[in-house]
Amino acid sequence: MSESISLAEICISSSSKAWKGEGEILATGIGLIPRIAAGLAKLTHNPDLMMTDGETYLISQPAPMGKRDTSNDQVEGYMSYSRVFENLWGGKRHAMVTPTQIDSFGQTNISAIGDYDSPKVQLLGVRGFPGNFINHKNSIFIPNHSVKTFVKGEVDMVSGMGYQNKDLSNGKFEIKLVVTNLGVFDFNGENNNLQLLSLHPGVSIDNVIENTGFDVIIKSDEVTQMPTSDELACIREVLDPQGIRNSIFGE
Amino acid sequence: MDKIVSYQDVIDQLFDGMTIGVGGWGARRKPMSLIREICRSDIKDLTVVSYGGPDVGLLCAHKKIKKLIFGFVSLDMIPLESHFRQARQKNEIDVMELDEGMVQWGLRAAAMNLPFLPTRVGLGTDVLTHNLELEYVTSPYSDAEKLVAMPALNLDIALIHVNKSDEKGNTQIVGPDPFFDELFARAACKTFISSEEVVSTQELGGKDGAIFNRFERSLVTGVLHAPCGAHPTSCAPSYGFDIKHLKEYSEAAKSFDEYSAKYLNKTHQEYIDSVGGAETILNIPLPQF
Repeated sequence: MSESISLAEICISSSSKAWKGEGEILATGIGLIPRIAAGLAKLTHNPDLMMTDGETYLISQPAPMGKRDTSNDQVEGYMSYSRVFENLWGGKRHAMVTPTQIDSFGQTNISAIGDYDSPKVQLLGVRGFPGNFINHKNSIFIPNHSVKTFVKGEVDMVSGMGYQNKDLSNGKFEIKLVVTNLGVFDFNGENNNLQLLSLHPGVSIDNVIENTGFDVIIKSDEVTQMPTSDELACIREVLDPQGIRNSIFGE
Repeated sequence: MDKIVSYQDVIDQLFDGMTIGVGGWGARRKPMSLIREICRSDIKDLTVVSYGGPDVGLLCAHKKIKKLIFGFVSLDMIPLESHFRQARQKNEIDVMELDEGMVQWGLRAAAMNLPFLPTRVGLGTDVLTHNLELEYVTSPYSDAEKLVAMPALNLDIALIHVNKSDEKGNTQIVGPDPFFDELFARAACKTFISSEEVVSTQELGGKDGAIFNRFERSLVTGVLHAPCGAHPTSCAPSYGFDIKHLKEYSEAAKSFDEYSAKYLNKTHQEYIDSVGGAETILNIPLPQF
């Protein structure tokens, strides 16, 4: 590999670990990095994952980013929106999503910023977050780790539930992994606090503390594991040959 | 049996303050020609239930919505719907914001003549904080779990766009995803269909075609022939969504007059001509993700 390893590639490799050991479930990566990461998980450590073509069909190989000849897709099953709900209410799914805000409880927001009745910024709406987070495991990717995304107190409109309400989820709620532009985290600190697992190259503990609106437990300050040459080959040659991933951090 | 109706026939069935469900999903297979017709009418104060796209945005831009029952409003490739955002940020509409699965659950309850269906979805979120009308129900079994009682979303009218129909209302949605149109039809007192094609029953394709008949004709009140009626949303497999037009429409949130003069307050045929004609629309490729 002559090319240097990009931050996007580090984030993809780290994010793909979300689906490690998850078995035969539906993997949904929403957005650029999560989608490539889900594909990487399927191509490396978890070939049993089910993935869609981004629309209605389950296909045998992850759909690469960018324009492709879909006639090459090996369709193996059907996953209409209706079936997505059936699947996820049954808990057989792990999604990686990018909320606009996340708080110390792991609560997430994609609905609206500011006062609910006349929001400063209206976003998408809660979409499937309430159902996703109460029914199956999720992981989070945040490309812009700051006090605006990792907010003090609670998120403005709780769209996905948090750890303080875990009992309401019949044991299904779990945020497995949180990957950001600064490092890798989970919520397995004492009392389900956010904890740092590793820092991306060039990032300091202070960077993380300054950019997080609540306390972070520093479990480890080691540098994030770099993508292996196998992983890089999958990312660069199979999943994103056009390099669309580099747009996320302007690399 | 002949259920063929005109735009005016559908408008005559609408009244101020009624609850309308709109089929489709985001920027996909929305009955846009009917939505534009509502925007031309003097109907107001609607409660709208939708997996929202430009149907919701256009109704917001014309101040037709009193209350929106929704999980999201999005134009797919353009994630945020500018007209809806503006209406929300100016506090012009009331909302019942739900998880998108709760929306189908409420439609299903209505479809089954039930007052509610239980679910965990919504627990632990501000969906319950902001919708105080949502009540709880306790499981009568030994688990005694406290659940959300998602109320039936009963509709006065459902508006649905399909690929094909005969005069009796035997409809076919041949795109790969029928979304939740069946539930909208079942949840409504009356359902009006706009259809790309109106064909004879013989031309529906017999047993092979019947697989695409997603709900039975007794649910259909009227059928409107609306070729390219979903534009600028997609109608698979015939045409994709018109991204260029959706961008122009999105931009129009800043000043609506120009867009309106160019494309609205027209008959459906005039609208189709204004966006380049049926042939142009039928050549818009299907989106790829």
